[in-house]
Amino acid sequence: MQATLNDFLFVSGLLFAIGLAGVVLRRNIIIVFMCLELMLSAANLTLVAFSRFNGSNGLPDYNGQVLVFFIITVAAAEVAVGLAIIVALYRARQTLHTNELNSLRG
Amino acid sequence: MHSALFYFFAAVMIIGGISVVALRNPVASAMAMVASFVGLAALFVGLNAYFVGIIQILVYAGAIMVLFIFIIMLLDLKAEANLKLKALPAIGGLFIVIIFTIQLVGVLSKTPDKKLAPLDFAAIAAAPGFAEAHPAGSAINRAVTASEPSLPDVHFIGHTLFNGYNLPLQIVGVLLLVATVGVVALSRRQAE
Repeated sequence: MQATLNDFLFVSGLLFAIGLAGVVLRRNIIIVFMCLELMLSAANLTLVAFSRFNGSNGLPDYNGQVLVFFIITVAAAEVAVGLAIIVALYRARQTLHTNELNSLRG
Repeated sequence: MHSALFYFFAAVMIIGGISVVALRNPVASAMAMVASFVGLAALFVGLNAYFVGIIQILVYAGAIMVLFIFIIMLLDLKAEANLKLKALPAIGGLFIVIIFTIQLVGVLSKTPDKKLAPLDFAAIAAAPGFAEAHPAGSAINRAVTASEPSLPDVHFIGHTLFNGYNLPLQIVGVLLLVATVGVVALSRRQAE
């Protein structure tokens, strides 16, 4: 019995939901950032699954995989810049707990 | 992908993901994330996306997670002593996730399911436009029409990327340059 398209989509959606739970529930900024990357990876899995299953002439549809290539590249750039921001934030505030970063709170 | 392997790697991925959210120690979370990405790369390889699978390991597990661990060690994060979750935001957050999962199951039960069509190399070689796009000496043609054909995944992606997506590729190059310059600018100690 092979895995069908809905199997892959369900697993990818589950990973996305887990990442979403992490972003909402965790208070440490680094962990929130890691769960954000989980969400991006779940989207990548959806794209690759559709690329494989919706192929034509026996070949996968490579536009989906090219988009995954771009998403991975942009995620790498985003992680670099985001971590630089976090380091600058830590230098300024000495904390990584989102509860204590409340200078914009009314 | 054969179902036993699919379930195993999907389990590795999901359990790694849950561990990222649930573990106290940030380094342990980062390790669990690496395990999750390895499971994800295995699922990519099972979907015949070999290039994307290797890039996932090289870039995500090899570069991005190493960067995370550098930063965790630089900032010297301790394990969170006790996670006092305020009840109302925690319940609200879990509620959002549960609603999302219910919607996901609802959408998936309505959409038509698709079975995995095996790679058909005869159909690939006989497709209209294949002979003009990939002439007889090229790597794609040789791999597809060989006696034991294999999927030249990297060549197909390169063909699609550089022919149809040339401008986005150049823009992503500029984006990486801008990100590098931005990281250096953000990391300077502010001159007092």
